[in-house]
Amino acid sequence: MSEKELARKSVEYRRKILKYIYLAKAGHTGGSLSCIDILNVLYNHVLNVNAADFSSPDRDRYIQSKGHTVEALYVVLASKGFFPESDLETLCTYQSHYIGHPTRKVRGVEQNTGALGHGLSLSVGTAIAGKLDKKDYRVFTLLGDGELPEGSNWEAALSAAHYKLDNLCAIIDKNNLQISGATSDVCNTDPVDAKFEAFGWSVRHVDGHDFEQLKAAFDAIPFEIGKPSLVIAHTIKGKGISYMESQLKWHHGVPSQEQYSDALQELDVAEESLA
Amino acid sequence: MEATIENIALKHQANLEVFSKTLQMLAEHDRDIIVVTSDSRGSGKLVPFSQKFPDQIVEVGIAEQNLVGVSAGLASTGKKVFAVSPACFLTARALEQIKNDVAYSDNPVKLIGISAGVSYGALGSTHHSLHDFAVLRTINNLVIVAPADNFETEQAIRLAAEADFPVYLRFGKKAMELLSEDEKTFEFGKGRIVREGADLTIIATGETVAPALQAAEKLEKESRLTATVVSMHTIKPLDYNLLDEIALSGKPILTVEEHSIYGGLGEACASYLLQAGHRNAFKIIAIPDEYTVTGSQQEIFAHYGISEEGIAATARKLCQG
Repeated sequence: MSEKELARKSVEYRRKILKYIYLAKAGHTGGSLSCIDILNVLYNHVLNVNAADFSSPDRDRYIQSKGHTVEALYVVLASKGFFPESDLETLCTYQSHYIGHPTRKVRGVEQNTGALGHGLSLSVGTAIAGKLDKKDYRVFTLLGDGELPEGSNWEAALSAAHYKLDNLCAIIDKNNLQISGATSDVCNTDPVDAKFEAFGWSVRHVDGHDFEQLKAAFDAIPFEIGKPSLVIAHTIKGKGISYMESQLKWHHGVPSQEQYSDALQELDVAEESLA
Repeated sequence: MEATIENIALKHQANLEVFSKTLQMLAEHDRDIIVVTSDSRGSGKLVPFSQKFPDQIVEVGIAEQNLVGVSAGLASTGKKVFAVSPACFLTARALEQIKNDVAYSDNPVKLIGISAGVSYGALGSTHHSLHDFAVLRTINNLVIVAPADNFETEQAIRLAAEADFPVYLRFGKKAMELLSEDEKTFEFGKGRIVREGADLTIIATGETVAPALQAAEKLEKESRLTATVVSMHTIKPLDYNLLDEIALSGKPILTVEEHSIYGGLGEACASYLLQAGHRNAFKIIAIPDEYTVTGSQQEIFAHYGISEEGIAATARKLCQG
């Protein structure tokens, strides 16, 4: 998919993220908008997964450690045919499988996540299995920058390097905000690149909203043979909706009817500019 | 070679020895058997396994959360994963990983809690696990098993290896005796009657079944009381049918466990019996809610009445009403 096609796709995804959060009156709006371009490139350019053959043992794995931005994952999985998009009308309603964090009851979801600091260990185990079985699949996991203080991440980071898991790629959605403030104020994890490098990872920075950079980074993994790869994706929380961008209140803010319609207008303008 | 009770000496061995040998036999035929350790291959008696099957052991270092998360990832690909760590650390530090990555995600990891209860004795409460039944019982989709002898140990490992659901196996540290000549049947969720009697029933689990049997012998010799003794190896799902059978005799019921008085075997039995309408005399022997006395496992057991003498004394009182 070309960069322009990806950009158009992202507009569509943003529209749907907002639609279903608006309908459910619940969701993690800001983070879903910051990671959607990454998910777009993963599912439309990188991952060897498809809805028809999801149980294939050879498929690439995507494990979303920052489970709370599940709305981004849901709209991408729906667009890839894992389930009918209309299912998302039940988001966060009584007895729906489409709850506020990923579960395997939703087709296409690899692991149940939501508690932070779990995705990397799960990915390490899955990547070790791939090495043991001499399979070519790769394991991708998306972490939020706010979840990095969870100690289990660093336990897993050690194991990933110890086992030379060059079939593992972690991505940090570095939007610099978490629920109670700037990540640098809450618990500074910078320089995160130097930390992972010191742990034995190979690290690259990208603009997490630049499709060319995202494609180039993922096309280049493993960045080094014998090392796990880390993509630090610099993103903007609430990206694409001007009044949400880098605004803390949109961490899990839900738009009013007026705000929703303003957002859709912005997305229409963005789409026209891509015509 | 099949792992059977004929070719693994089951007497006078710690159940960890039986665990390691059984796993080796299974691994010979099954490359999907994977052991994951947190610097616990020595304490888990897994050095021979690691030497024989270096590609089937994953070491994560002293990092229990990662141990369980990595195990869940491995299990999600179809590996038959045994995650081995001292029960005290495994079921406390990694509780969230057990809850989410294993049970909730239905990754069929076999969690092996070694040196459980007060096996570590004088090393103190940091190393004791008197909470594990209680916390794990509240987690959906987890079978909890504490084998009482090496027959049960070997059988439990074999069943666990093939189980497509998560299992917690709780092992002690000391050498175990075979408790019964009846070595024909073992199923998760089916209590095992290791002695028949008429005056009361002692329901025990794990390493407390042995002193319960000794107490039953003592009661018969000294007090002419005959006790049924049950190894309730599976704490969850609990064998409600057997509890009904036992309760219908109308005789007193005594439970014994190496666990806090709160939330373990005793309270699980009490809860069922009361709700099912049974009104037998009932007593729980377990570790009370206090700073656990210091000493060896045997000394701690004796202090809290988890011994031949202690169990017999409590049983006598219970029978006297």
